[in-house]
Amino acid sequence: MPTDTTATSEPERPPLAVVGSQISQDEELFGRVFDRWVVSRFLIYLRPYRRRITVAIGAVLLFTLMQLAIPLVIRTVIDRALVPGSGGRDLLFILVIAFGVVITVNYLANHIQESIIGRVAGHLLFDLRRAMYAHLQYVSLSFMDKTEVGRLMSRLQGDINALQEFLESSIFAIGDFVLLIGIIIVLLSLDLRLGAMTLSVVPMLLLVRIIWLPMARKAFLRTRETSSATNAALAESIHGVRVVQELGREEVNFALFDEKAGDNLKAHLLASKFTNVLIPVVDGLTGLAMAIIVIFGGGLVLDQALDIGVMVAFLFYVQRFFDPIRSLTIQYSIMQRAMAAGQRIFEVLDVKAEVADKPNALALDQIDGSIEFDHVTFGYVPGQPVLNDISFQIAPGETVALVGPTGSGKTSITALAHRFYDVSEGAVRIGGHDVRDVTQSSLGRHIAMVLQEPFLFSGTIFENIRYAHTNTSRDAVIAAAQAVGAHDFIMRLTAGYDTVIDQGGANLSLGQRQLLTFARALVANAQILILDEATASVDSYTELEIQRALAKLLQGRTALVIAHRLATIRGADRIIVLQDGRIIETGTHDTLMASGGLYSRLYRMNYASFDDIPEDQVRSLSDNTGQT
Amino acid sequence: MTATTASKSQAREDRNSDGTYRIAVSKIDLNVLWRITAMSLRHPGRMALAVGATVLAGIFQLYVPQYLGRAVDQARGLLDGGVTAAGQAAAEEALMATALLLIGASLLRGLFTMMQNYQGEAVGQLIGYDMRLAYYRQLQRLSFSWHDKIHSGDLITRGILDIEGVRLWTSTGLLRFVLLSVLIAGGAVILFRIDVVLGLLALSFVPIVGVRASIARLKLRDTWMQLQDELSRLSQVMEENLVGIRVVRAFAAQAYELARYDKVSNVALNVTHKRVALFVTSTTQMTFVYFIAMGLVLWVGGLKTIDGEITLGQLAQFLAFMTILQMPVRQIGWMINSIARASTCGGRLFNVLDLEPSIADAPGARPLAITDGVLRFEAVDFRYPASAQDQRTLSGITLEARPGQTIGIVGPPGSGKTTIAHLIGRFYDVDAGRITIDGQDIRDVTLTSLRRAVNIVQQEPFLFTAGIDHNLAYGDPWAGRGDIERSAATAQLHNYIESLPKGYQTLVGERGVSLSGGQRQRLSIARSVLLGGAVLVFDDSTAAIDVATEQRITAALRDVVKTRAVIIIAHRLSSLIHADEIVFLDGGKIIERGSHDELIALNGRYASLYALQTRIDDADENRLGSP
Repeated sequence: MPTDTTATSEPERPPLAVVGSQISQDEELFGRVFDRWVVSRFLIYLRPYRRRITVAIGAVLLFTLMQLAIPLVIRTVIDRALVPGSGGRDLLFILVIAFGVVITVNYLANHIQESIIGRVAGHLLFDLRRAMYAHLQYVSLSFMDKTEVGRLMSRLQGDINALQEFLESSIFAIGDFVLLIGIIIVLLSLDLRLGAMTLSVVPMLLLVRIIWLPMARKAFLRTRETSSATNAALAESIHGVRVVQELGREEVNFALFDEKAGDNLKAHLLASKFTNVLIPVVDGLTGLAMAIIVIFGGGLVLDQALDIGVMVAFLFYVQRFFDPIRSLTIQYSIMQRAMAAGQRIFEVLDVKAEVADKPNALALDQIDGSIEFDHVTFGYVPGQPVLNDISFQIAPGETVALVGPTGSGKTSITALAHRFYDVSEGAVRIGGHDVRDVTQSSLGRHIAMVLQEPFLFSGTIFENIRYAHTNTSRDAVIAAAQAVGAHDFIMRLTAGYDTVIDQGGANLSLGQRQLLTFARALVANAQILILDEATASVDSYTELEIQRALAKLLQGRTALVIAHRLATIRGADRIIVLQDGRIIETGTHDTLMASGGLYSRLYRMNYASFDDIPEDQVRSLSDNTGQT
Repeated sequence: MTATTASKSQAREDRNSDGTYRIAVSKIDLNVLWRITAMSLRHPGRMALAVGATVLAGIFQLYVPQYLGRAVDQARGLLDGGVTAAGQAAAEEALMATALLLIGASLLRGLFTMMQNYQGEAVGQLIGYDMRLAYYRQLQRLSFSWHDKIHSGDLITRGILDIEGVRLWTSTGLLRFVLLSVLIAGGAVILFRIDVVLGLLALSFVPIVGVRASIARLKLRDTWMQLQDELSRLSQVMEENLVGIRVVRAFAAQAYELARYDKVSNVALNVTHKRVALFVTSTTQMTFVYFIAMGLVLWVGGLKTIDGEITLGQLAQFLAFMTILQMPVRQIGWMINSIARASTCGGRLFNVLDLEPSIADAPGARPLAITDGVLRFEAVDFRYPASAQDQRTLSGITLEARPGQTIGIVGPPGSGKTTIAHLIGRFYDVDAGRITIDGQDIRDVTLTSLRRAVNIVQQEPFLFTAGIDHNLAYGDPWAGRGDIERSAATAQLHNYIESLPKGYQTLVGERGVSLSGGQRQRLSIARSVLLGGAVLVFDDSTAAIDVATEQRITAALRDVVKTRAVIIIAHRLSSLIHADEIVFLDGGKIIERGSHDELIALNGRYASLYALQTRIDDADENRLGSP
């Protein structure tokens, strides 16, 4: 079992150490082998392949018929051609030709059935994954906010993989199942008595399964739980590898991971016992069935009540008869996993896209670039509003800065302007249109957004700047980069605009990444700009570039800026000061300083960004201020 | 470490990761299969049981057709001999005996198959377990430069799907091969004893299937490799999309993202189709060839029976034997599939496992002994492995930091500031000169002891999905509650944590309470302050913290830094204005050094940077001067 690899340098398990997410995965889903709901959902995805499936079913039937015919040909050979003195050579020749025809048809049908089922299975998996992925593109952000990317990835990858395993093995299972029924029919029609006696072993197998099932189910459940815990811990160690090395946590983590992997190992060994214990049962019953044929069939042959060829055919059929039962048993855990995987996949597909286009939504063509918040109340959780009765208007071309402590609702306002969420009360209007009445894609064309943390996709610099605007020319991309002052550093990179960006832009500095996202927004060329200024300060040289780029970006646009830079705040036409989801002050820097409210107090306290102010400071200041 | 050395590629990780995201798998896959098999031999007891059980299961399976043949002859023999009471009784008795033998043989076969499967799976699971641990350990050892190059999605795919592929090798590849060999060899012996010609006909499919299978295996392996790569690429696209979902929404780029996805997905789907086609073609052909052999047996055997050369029972035995082989022949397809998969997956894993971390303990490395706690850079030169020969990142750096002293490092981007932090923690090795702590070259001490002595506060800290207390105590999970709270208070985070409903148990990380950039950096500071190493390095780790808050942190740190050498790397000059010595870096060289006042008086680069920042900060007198 677990080997000697555990090398903890410390005597006992540290009190404050865990690896992997501590949130339990929703594994209680797991359990059912056949879930009608899941199966019926699958069937919908099979609909586009109806024609091919019909052909495949025909091939399966033909294949099975041929499989059944093979022992019958052999039986005829034994009973007719090989009877002494019947001059069976010619008959034998004819029967061998018949055998040849049967196996050729068998081969072709087999090829057709497996090719079609294999291809359709591939399509089904890719269709399901695409459906999930496409759905996630439109699902409300509130769902995405509270779901770990790793968990979604495990559905897009792990669950699809579980289904693949199932579908690949079910190619045989379907044929086997049809064969099982065919064999039962042939056995009973060849000889009713002997057939019935032979089949009498089947109920015994069912009885064993009834006892076995609940115990096995628990064992399989445990393997799934321990696997996902182990995988989560592995993923975490990959993402956090820098912290692990810098803080020297390797040994502690390794010991904890060993524990998880060891649990996983034990669970799998136990489950394997449950899977395999059925094998001698099935084999023993096969032997019993053959013994029944030998004794009773042999007796009947002796009494001349049965052709010997029929007895031989029975023996052939019985050997094949238990193959499907055996593989169906062994596939139990695969089926169970597939059903659970199906549930989780459809669960994702069923997440409602709360923000969706109305049926008669308008495609915005030309707008004047104004923004209006009209008595907006909004909360991520019902009953806990983060914005309370917010009203303001921004005229076309105006720049408005939002300032306020962490949690005051600045980010929520920008998210609502882009309709990432729907308001609980009131309305948000862009160019005079309620954002709920227009299509999301047309809204996106009029609003460009720069997020606080610059996010870059893997790919080249060029692709990142151009992003979704794929018909932008290379010259236009270069012009945008020049406008924001990114051109020079791009040209210094090994391959210029074709330099491939490392994961997360690790080969660029934070300031450089910011400049690239500015260029990206410039290429989008929208009338309205929403900008969440980065809180982190960058070096002064890049900072200068950023300020210049910002001026360029704001030129001729309506802008809503979550501002952290003093220069940006002071450059704004208007400042809106937020606290606890309410607007407490509005005005220019000078009027706000003159009024002596929260803004001026924070400003005088030397807090530049208003964003990362210790809670106690904010409290004491606003208590002094008294809310206006 | 795992990895018995069949053909261990001694490549150092840096040489291997030449800018490409994927690492090529060697074409010779037998090495990989051998290494996996060698891993299974590390569990000799179980392996012996598994192979033994497989052989016995095969042998008992071979008994079944013999008994069946005998039963046919027993039933038939009476017909030929005429009906006598005594003969009938004897025949019935013989049938009964055969029936019992059949039950016995089947049951034993079942028991041994069970053992074969269980032990085979157990060995596979043990290999999976060993590999998983080795992989985990290796990923923790490999240096930053390597992790920068490889996409995390790719590493996760390897750790989950590839280990699965390797795990299945013993049970579905190796043991199946043994079973098939036993059945064919044993069958050959039995059949040849009865009739050589018929025996040859019965086994005539073996060489054809064998050749077909080896060709298919190689082709399948290629498609598996392609598929695994495409799936890695696909998961990279998906993961990136999900992480950057706000960018996607902000640009209403769903259609674009779907097109990007489809491009990769369609390639993967085509490879899947290719794999299915290959697989189906080879398995169905193999079954066909097998049936042709059966037809030949039926024909020639039938003629021989008519001529009286063999009995009907013997013919039945031939045919029954062939029936037994039908399932294994069908499984040959699965077997080669599993071999192809194991060699691909194994190759992908060994590629990672065989890398030698570029940074590792020197032979005979001893733990760092801290006496005074003095950090020294002595004429250090450094060049990143990937950059050009003449592009030095640092040259001729000489520094000294004593406990209680603070060294500030400043300079334009790309001047080598962060590299200094990386070198202190020995995440890279210097090219010339040396770095010492209390006179000991950091290359001569163990990495564990070095990193315990050097605490680096990161710029973008990674938060684990766990409680705040777990995250704070990440470097010292034995820390007491008091110490944790004290370091949180130093980082100006204690009051905030206390204001949360669950306090220190509040969940942070991806699904937990989201912290602002400044709060995350403060957590990072608290995490490092807790450790109490001799050297404390701030790697631009206050950039998102407000100046006023930073001043409070600096004040609170005053006690902590008394006993430590502190290095502050920053581009906001207010962070290091009070340092005992400020070093101005440009192009990897120290071009100015001295205290703030000295450097201002020098009126050089530092002074002009200071002027620039003051201008940007828009320093109006009211703001800095007023109460």
